Amino acid sequence: METGTSRVKRGMAEMQKGGVIMDVMNAEQAKVAEAAGATAVMALERVPSDIRAAGGVARMADPTIVEEVMKVVSIPVMAKARIGHYVEAKVLESMGVDYIDESEVLTPADEVFHISKNDFTIPFVCGAKDLGEALRRIQEGAAMLRTKGEPGTGNIVEAVRHLRLINGQIRKIQGLSKDELYNEAKLLGVAYDLLLDVHQTGKLPVVNFAAGGVATPSDAALMMHLGADGVFVGSGIFKSDSPEKFARAIVEATTHYQDYKLIAEVSKNLGTPMKGIEISKLNASERMQDRGI
Amino acid sequence: MKIGVLALQGAVAEHIRSLEAAGAEAVAIKRVEQLDELHGLVIPGGESTTIGKLMRKYEFMDAIRQFSAQGKPLFGTCAGLIVLADRIDGNEEAHLKLMDMTVARNAFGRQRESFETDLDVKGIDEPIRAVFIRAPLIKEVGADVEVLSTYNDEIVTARQGTLLAASYHPELTDDFRLHAYFLEMVKEAAAAKA
Repeated sequence: METGTSRVKRGMAEMQKGGVIMDVMNAEQAKVAEAAGATAVMALERVPSDIRAAGGVARMADPTIVEEVMKVVSIPVMAKARIGHYVEAKVLESMGVDYIDESEVLTPADEVFHISKNDFTIPFVCGAKDLGEALRRIQEGAAMLRTKGEPGTGNIVEAVRHLRLINGQIRKIQGLSKDELYNEAKLLGVAYDLLLDVHQTGKLPVVNFAAGGVATPSDAALMMHLGADGVFVGSGIFKSDSPEKFARAIVEATTHYQDYKLIAEVSKNLGTPMKGIEISKLNASERMQDRGI
Repeated sequence: MKIGVLALQGAVAEHIRSLEAAGAEAVAIKRVEQLDELHGLVIPGGESTTIGKLMRKYEFMDAIRQFSAQGKPLFGTCAGLIVLADRIDGNEEAHLKLMDMTVARNAFGRQRESFETDLDVKGIDEPIRAVFIRAPLIKEVGADVEVLSTYNDEIVTARQGTLLAASYHPELTDDFRLHAYFLEMVKEAAAAKA
């Protein structure tokens, strides 16, 4: 009997496919998310849009919040650790959290090194905006990926950019010859073996979800259309007018992302989505996607 | 032989790949109308609460019960096993209520307790590699249910006529023998009807 194998960690993410993982800040929101059909919840002290508004250093959530959420739902519970913060991650693991998000939404603890994720029994998800970042995170032990997007903006444009870029790069890698692959591995800053795997299979070896800017059912369906395996919704649900309706509608739009009549139906009378931010209005220092590359 | 994989949420592509490797034609099923063309159906792993909700929402409950009543086999893995069960431990409402068994969700603990192991399965010669992810257990079974394997004295694979259930994920390995076992069930069922 073996725990924490790569198959067990990556397999856990496979079971999330076609699903919606929702940010929640307390037990009550976690119950709303579960009742709406979320496949997992991300327990947080503040959703990304509030982190933006509050400024200062954003850290791992108070363990009380995470425990509270773990107590009330039967679906998996994820939590965020700062990039490079090995101890926050170990603390979350000790509490029995099901998945750790080493996340650029929090203020990085290390500007060079990510957590060595192979040292953990529980799996990690990491953000990536291009194939190089994606494969470097996998090399460090990430068992699941997500686009970085631009968290807390309610603006899908960056998540679209990142998913399109990664998928375009994969198609390019597929067309390279073996000798070109050696050079490409060097340019991307990744191990040749990982790149060879992508070349041969035409896909990433782990599940890749969309995240960072999903605010409406159509946004979720757009990301699925572009090839995401599932969707993370952060501020989009509990910063909208009617979280329960939004949550249910996003779940259904993700499952039936090619059924446009259905998406029209679930999008009716949802009320106001979260207020978005135009990305060009952000200062360079406010762009979370540039953290941890 | 055409086998469907219920594609509301979960590890659909892996089952399709495994079924094809075992020699079947496999399709993702998102609508009840698609069930008519099938000889058997797989309910995959995923989150049982999510799959159960979407099954109710899109009227799969009665449609799959009718499908089963026509003698067409069903195979549930992990969440799919929970969906097939007549009873769920605790206060939770059961879903299809087709298989005479009581199941416990997340019976091994949280993700850090998830594991893989070699498992003997009755009717399959050599052990298979079984991947248990926040897996359920079968706590008790009715007289018509045959136990096909146990792990630490707990039931993890069972069959009741045309229904097959596994706590673990055969679709996450390159061993297709349990899928082949299911395809044999589908063949037998088709022969019995003819």
